[in-house]
Amino acid sequence: MSVSGRAGDAGQVELVGLDELWFQVAGTRCNLTCTHCFISCSPKNDSFGFLSLESVAASLAESVEWGVREYYFTGGEPFLNPDLVEMLVRALEYGPATVLTNATVLKDEWLERLREAEENGRYSLEFRVSIDGPEAAVNDPIRGEGTFDRAMRGVRMLVGHGVLPIITMTRTWPESEDQVVLGRFREVLADQGCDRPRLKVLPRLLIGAEASRTCGYDATDRVSARMLDGYDSDQLICSHSRTVTDRGVFVCPILLEEPSARLGGTLAEADRRFTLDHGACVTCYQYGAICTNPSGQTFEQMTGPVEGEAGEGVG
Amino acid sequence: MKLAFFGGLYSNYLALESAIADARRRDVQELYCLGDMGAFGPYPDRVLSKLRDTGVTCIQGNYDDSIGNELSDCQCGYTDPRDNLYAQLSYDYTLSNTSREHRDWLRGLPGSADIERNGVRLHLCHGSPRRTNEFLWESTTSDGFLDRLIDPTGANLVLGTHTGLHWTRRTPRGRRFVNVGVLGRPANDGRTNVWYTLVDLTGRGQGGQGEPKVEFVSVDYDFRRLSGEMRAEGLPEEFSETIETGWWTTCLEVLPSRERRRGRC
Repeated sequence: MSVSGRAGDAGQVELVGLDELWFQVAGTRCNLTCTHCFISCSPKNDSFGFLSLESVAASLAESVEWGVREYYFTGGEPFLNPDLVEMLVRALEYGPATVLTNATVLKDEWLERLREAEENGRYSLEFRVSIDGPEAAVNDPIRGEGTFDRAMRGVRMLVGHGVLPIITMTRTWPESEDQVVLGRFREVLADQGCDRPRLKVLPRLLIGAEASRTCGYDATDRVSARMLDGYDSDQLICSHSRTVTDRGVFVCPILLEEPSARLGGTLAEADRRFTLDHGACVTCYQYGAICTNPSGQTFEQMTGPVEGEAGEGVG
Repeated sequence: MKLAFFGGLYSNYLALESAIADARRRDVQELYCLGDMGAFGPYPDRVLSKLRDTGVTCIQGNYDDSIGNELSDCQCGYTDPRDNLYAQLSYDYTLSNTSREHRDWLRGLPGSADIERNGVRLHLCHGSPRRTNEFLWESTTSDGFLDRLIDPTGANLVLGTHTGLHWTRRTPRGRRFVNVGVLGRPANDGRTNVWYTLVDLTGRGQGGQGEPKVEFVSVDYDFRRLSGEMRAEGLPEEFSETIETGWWTTCLEVLPSRERRRGRC
């Protein structure tokens, strides 16, 4: 493919500023076992554990001097952590917060408390709901039997509490079908009362469970130093994010299983450059800002069409 | 002394004329515009002639950079395909209706400015001090982040626009950020008026201790005439609807949930 570099001369990215602080609040524990999960989360995967309320509170307090703009809470399924609601309420005292959920385990009393905290404060609370297709036939083979209907029930609950969710979907269809899929999503979400959805399509990351479901990256799928010449590194979240886990601070929420992605035990230790020595870095490079709420610019949007195959950007 | 700050004009020359007249009635000494002169509205040359004839000090927005350099799109930072479709219609119209002379002028505008008046240091930008097209929404901009953005400017007061919604906050370190709002379209609140910002430094003087007074000023203008001209120019009906109803109909995907909930669409 056209935007791969060579192994051995990987590009490096500095932490320009800590705009987003991620909390891996549920570790790798999830009530679902999605077959495309890039960190292979499941009810039994405890390679990363829950974050405690105390550690999140300490990181929030520490984040002020870093000038953090916003906070993201992810997992696994964040709502499995019994302290999540309190964590979000506290985060909203510091800045805007986003929680990434599969919306299958929500409870009305949690949503009531969270909406109240948002209304009484100054900052937005965003719910990002993962649904991997506009119908069960597309979603359920990935996320599990019955999960489409359960997620739709979750969307109805969110809408009932006045939430305007961001729906994210991992693309398991040809990129050329995006607009058809998005149109269908708008229809089925409107049927649930969700008539103002924000939709975000995510590329597949060929690591974790997805590497077994389809294929992994080639050794040549690397972002070389030369590829960063003239590239807007703001598109890579490693230039403006770090991820707090129960096993230290990582460069991003994606590369948790890569030993070199653990940058230290504290934010201060994690304030150092990162070598883009992983296949998944190519996907971030190509699609831009895949983890943050607003979409990034794809490589093609930044540079114009590249020669060769656009596709999923691998191999 | 009083300074007036206009944000995103979006070719709304009628609102610009009203705002300039209003500022003169208030004895404003200096007029500033923080960029995005074109887009959305009709006859883009009209706001540009008015700005230049009136001597408004202008900062370059992402739109002005695009038009000035004849780029292929407006660099607005939208992510939704529908938003980008409308943005492109608007951009193509604006580019083809902006004169060569005005394009040259837009190309030469500075991306930011630092001024000092009555002992107050002001930093003028379009989106944020670090990025022309960064959206600083009230509900997604933390206090700590604001201070980090302001630190390198050395300013007491930072003014930007770009989002279309006006707001202000005093930071924990005692500086102030103002999103001055826009003259180009209403503030997504069901009202047809638009907004500019008045900064009053009268109480300051040499060594004065008073804080700058920041006031958001509502501007009424002949919005029916504007929407009629937009239709006559073949601009999307959704744009005219926004002018006539005060509710945004396009470019909504970038709004955070708090700001989005206040709107109708």
